[in-house]
Amino acid sequence: MPDDTSLSEAETTGSQEVGQHSLPMPPPGGHLSPLDEHGMTGDAKSQARIVLGRFFHQRLAVIGVCTFATLGVSALLVGIFWTYSYTDITNNLNTPPSWSDPFGTNSIGSDMFSLVMHGTIKDIQIALLVAAMATLVGSTIGAVAGFYRGWVDSLLMRLVDLILVVPILAVLIVLAHIVAKQANNWFFLAIIIGALSWTYVARLVRADFLSLRERDFVEASRALGASNTRLIVRHMLPNAIGPILVNATITVAQSIVLESTLSFLGLGIQAPDVSLGLLVSQGQDSATTEWWLFVFPVVFLVILILSIFLMGDGLREAFDPKKVKTRA
Amino acid sequence: MTSPSLEFEDLEVDFPTKDGIVRAVRGVSCSLESGQVLGIVGESGSGKSVTALAAMGLLPRNAIVRGSVRFKGRELLGLKEKEYSDVRGTGIGMIFQDPMTSLNPVYSIGWQIAEAVRAHQSVSKEEALLEAVRLLKTVGIPNPEDRVTDYPHEFSGGMRQRVVIAIAMANNPDVILADEPTTALDVTVQAQVLASLKLALTETHAALLLITHDLGVIAGLADRVLVMYAGRSVEMGSVDDIFYRPAMPYTHGLLGSLPRLDSDGSERLRPIPGSPPANAGEHQGCPFAPRCPRRAAICEEQEPELTLVPGPEGAEPHRAACHFAEEVSQAEPGKLFAISSGDPEAGPVR
Repeated sequence: MPDDTSLSEAETTGSQEVGQHSLPMPPPGGHLSPLDEHGMTGDAKSQARIVLGRFFHQRLAVIGVCTFATLGVSALLVGIFWTYSYTDITNNLNTPPSWSDPFGTNSIGSDMFSLVMHGTIKDIQIALLVAAMATLVGSTIGAVAGFYRGWVDSLLMRLVDLILVVPILAVLIVLAHIVAKQANNWFFLAIIIGALSWTYVARLVRADFLSLRERDFVEASRALGASNTRLIVRHMLPNAIGPILVNATITVAQSIVLESTLSFLGLGIQAPDVSLGLLVSQGQDSATTEWWLFVFPVVFLVILILSIFLMGDGLREAFDPKKVKTRA
Repeated sequence: MTSPSLEFEDLEVDFPTKDGIVRAVRGVSCSLESGQVLGIVGESGSGKSVTALAAMGLLPRNAIVRGSVRFKGRELLGLKEKEYSDVRGTGIGMIFQDPMTSLNPVYSIGWQIAEAVRAHQSVSKEEALLEAVRLLKTVGIPNPEDRVTDYPHEFSGGMRQRVVIAIAMANNPDVILADEPTTALDVTVQAQVLASLKLALTETHAALLLITHDLGVIAGLADRVLVMYAGRSVEMGSVDDIFYRPAMPYTHGLLGSLPRLDSDGSERLRPIPGSPPANAGEHQGCPFAPRCPRRAAICEEQEPELTLVPGPEGAEPHRAACHFAEEVSQAEPGKLFAISSGDPEAGPVR
């Protein structure tokens, strides 16, 4: 147990480094728990804080976060508070944007504003589920392959190759067709898209693990009696968190695109549920006459994907150790 | 009753490679009594680190290990990973060469020490962190209460190595293996790190296996010394034996290639010519013979065994693997080799 003597020594050495520690040393007899130590030394420098700090130093990344958050929150609020629900059908057919219907109405009298907002929610929902699944599965498989190498690695990576060489759209269309008629098919869609997009994460994590496993600290932890599972989960995965997170954001954006593609082809989300892709597909015929049916979903789709890419870019920059510029 | 803490017996380690089998360690036997410091010296590639890693069970999986390594009488070779976990950390701690890479960059050092503590002891996180502070204080990190939340990149090399020492002693191991603990460090901080290491030893009463190619470190810390060359132990004895009565020409060569504080400064260093054999096992005879000034016909034919060298009365056994051990031990330490032939001021080569 550190006692008073340890403290007085800490004080004397501390006073020599006044420049470094602007905060006073804890008084003798004061609590010593390093967890709740005076804020400065501990939390301020934690890795997550550093990364977040660098992230929010980039204007584009901040714009991305704000846009995404605004889009998500407002879409949720609209779903709850807006006059019309996306399932409501009115007698106002094909009316252009007005105060009561800001995005106009479609040919069966549904309010486009609530439709677009609901589509946005659905897209985010699918994309997050896909990204979560793909990241979880991909990281696990990549980590196991990179850590154990040998035949485990060969087996898993050939599986990855197998999935990568399959034309993804063709498989998606076939699979999506099977689940197209299911109720709540967004969930199955997410699983299908997820099952096809974990391969990139797996390759990335494997590559990272191949280099990490040779690092001394892994050997050192093993010399301390850490088991393989502990090494992988506690020591190595946190070192690969950068690429994993960046890739997760890309997966989010990609799965929105994929879902929109499927919906556009009529194999994605099925009415009465909506997604942005479905709305685009429904509005394309009348793009020149009833422009609001086409333009609003497209604009929202673009903004959504763009904001996610901006966040991904920001994360990549924030995790890049070679970026010294924003370090302080 | 008192079995040695760590005992190697006829340890042999082979690595199969594309060009045949590389015999990294060829029959090393030595023992480490509790509280003792055994230094292993030798050139790069002489099998020092492989010997230590064999005790830790950290050799690459393709390594072929024969012989026996016993920790407190318990055979370590062939232990399953799971069984090894109780030995690693609690029984044998290890200090690695490069403190820049042996700490995990994404965790605070307090976390890492606490992790080591909690790996083997059931204590709360808070207690483990307090223990981390105590350990940091023991190894001489100033302001341990503040530094415990810092990350490895915020420490200098010497401080990091002290953190590594703190981690190695976290579970009170009976044996600490230090694989070139000062090699990656600045000369000025080496002394501090060695002092921390000494403190760690007094604190834990652990035995230390100190691997280094720095004879100065050995002289300062070790009780007994094992000299390795080409995967074999070529000389073993007390520090005094090795430094004042070396009985193997290689040890003479090591001593002669070091500058001495007590010389008048006009003396030139005497390096060992040539380089160690790439794969010693394949050749007949003494592996050091091609570089040895004392070689004779027998050296090319027969590899000498470790044999007892007669020394002063009552001294610890001193063994050397040389056909002319007794004669060599009479020579003045370090003066067996010629002054470098490439040196224009050295005069004509003998």
